[in-house]
Amino acid sequence: MIDEAKITPSAIFRFLWPCLAWVVLLAILTFAISAISPAMSRIATDTLIKLIMVTGLYIFIGNSGILSFGHGAFLIVSAYTSAWLTIPPMMKKVILPNLPQFLQLVDAAPYVGIVGGILLAALVALLIGIPLVRLSGIAASIGTFAFFIVVSVIYNNWTGWTKGTASLVGLPVYVGPKIALCAASVSLLVAWLFQTSRYGLLLRATREDLVAARASGIRAERLRLVAFVLSAAVAALGGILWGHSNGALSTANNVYLNLQFTIIAMLVVGGVRSLSGVVVGTLTLSIIGEIFRRLEIGVDIFGLNIILPGGSREVLLGLCMLLALILRPDGLTRGLELSWPRRSANRHKLPQENPMELHS
Amino acid sequence: MTFLQMLIDAASVGGLYALTAIGIGLIFGVIGLVNFAYGEYIMVGAYVLLLTAGFYWPVAVLCVLVFVVIFALASDWLVFRQVRRAPPETLMIVSFGLSFMIQYFYVMLFGSLTRTVNFLPEISRGFEVGGLRIAGVSLLQIGATLVLTAALAIFINFTRIGYQMRAVSENPRMARLVGVNSNRIIAAAFAISALLAVTVTVLFVAQTGSMTPFFGVSLTMIGFVATVIGGLGSLPGCALGGFLVGALTTLLQMLLPPDLQPFREAFVFAAVIVVLLVRPRGLIAVRSSLERV
Repeated sequence: MIDEAKITPSAIFRFLWPCLAWVVLLAILTFAISAISPAMSRIATDTLIKLIMVTGLYIFIGNSGILSFGHGAFLIVSAYTSAWLTIPPMMKKVILPNLPQFLQLVDAAPYVGIVGGILLAALVALLIGIPLVRLSGIAASIGTFAFFIVVSVIYNNWTGWTKGTASLVGLPVYVGPKIALCAASVSLLVAWLFQTSRYGLLLRATREDLVAARASGIRAERLRLVAFVLSAAVAALGGILWGHSNGALSTANNVYLNLQFTIIAMLVVGGVRSLSGVVVGTLTLSIIGEIFRRLEIGVDIFGLNIILPGGSREVLLGLCMLLALILRPDGLTRGLELSWPRRSANRHKLPQENPMELHS
Repeated sequence: MTFLQMLIDAASVGGLYALTAIGIGLIFGVIGLVNFAYGEYIMVGAYVLLLTAGFYWPVAVLCVLVFVVIFALASDWLVFRQVRRAPPETLMIVSFGLSFMIQYFYVMLFGSLTRTVNFLPEISRGFEVGGLRIAGVSLLQIGATLVLTAALAIFINFTRIGYQMRAVSENPRMARLVGVNSNRIIAAAFAISALLAVTVTVLFVAQTGSMTPFFGVSLTMIGFVATVIGGLGSLPGCALGGFLVGALTTLLQMLLPPDLQPFREAFVFAAVIVVLLVRPRGLIAVRSSLERV
């Protein structure tokens, strides 16, 4: 939080610095990369959308310290809601003849789809969050995972509305690198404002020591619920944009399960305890993944044609992840934020936190 | 009669899940690791059975046992020992990364398509007793679960390594101070969980005869869920949780109307959420899992 007595532009800038610095870096990277070729611009868009999802996940996991395996459900809920709202009625009649009348006729603009998807995901998060936030530790992880399975099984078999495991096509494709960049910047800003707000700080106290925080009168459940809903809303934004960047949705082959694990891995590799970890983790794993994907297709290096066998991309990616975690168990950023350069170098640094010890 | 039939089917599926859950729960109880790679211990064993097809069956099973135990010990030694003191979420993701890596390594070796092997077809043949249709493999599943659970209980409660294992699980630092070699004890826990995985592999392959590099995943997921609702760290709890999840799945399969059948899993996992909400520490809570000030 900023000291309210001294709100000057420079104080605000300094307060937002750790977040703004990443936004500027992302903007530069996005424009540079999407200038290369349309394919590269797709990769940039894809990475930025994953960044939004990771940011959403971070708002809950980073501040509350509870590992959620349920955010994939919010991606599913929001993406399909936006699809129902924005697919042109002519196509809906053909693709989804079983949709109820009012959804058949709706022909909404993209932003209506976004708002609708986020609202529904937030509502679902509120309803499921009320009971789930009472759980801690591993039980909370399994509880959220069970919630994910329930949602994913329903969407997988609710053929009249979702086409089941077949693809739902016809989503307007309006997401390019610029929209993704704007959305990612907004998400990062939301996450930063939340973590430095009163609620964020109180929630972080419950993360460090639940018993002590409760003893000081902090209502852990309520704070977790706030973070859970906010985090679902931000992740939902990512889910919606993902659908509108691919133009199709499917729940087949555990797409969302894998996506969910990918974003959790990005968060953990970067470091769950800081917003910088979100950016560093997402960029690192995306870049490494992209390099290995190229190698699998085949690439010429100094006249040598190198082609890796199928499946090796995932093996190498897994290996890099393991190495990163073994060498830096607290994530690449070790839970630190960017610090203000020069004079007051330590001002915005979070204190070094001890790795949580196993409860004996 | 149909009720008895239902009971036998439920117990045999439940038994398989219970064995998986105990394997996961044992490692969690000792070092607090949620081991996603456990499904891969089951999966690599199946591929050993594929390669040893045609061997006399005890030889094949012995090969699987040796390979999987070495595999599990190697995973501990190369990976998990390196992150022993890391925060729990890191441990979880490390095991997930390992599991992911092993799966795709097997895709590289064997391809991602389903492979089939005819392993011990005799035991999966059914026979009838007084109107009941019983597959030999169901009986084996129930029998193996009872025998292994009992043996494990005796081992944990009455042997030297069992004592030490409980000590490491209660308080690792104190155990080290009184001279317990914790790395050896943890290795023993991995070896035992590998033994349980081999049992699951053999029964599963004898029953279905097919495998893909990904078939361990769904078993692990069910194993986790069973472990958590049973009470993490409590072995009887894991067995109970496994049985309940298996029994519930089987019962829903028989009782649900056909148009709700595809949603079966949703019901099972909704039930899991309810159990967790009513008893967040699991059905059989372990005292040491309570947070102390």
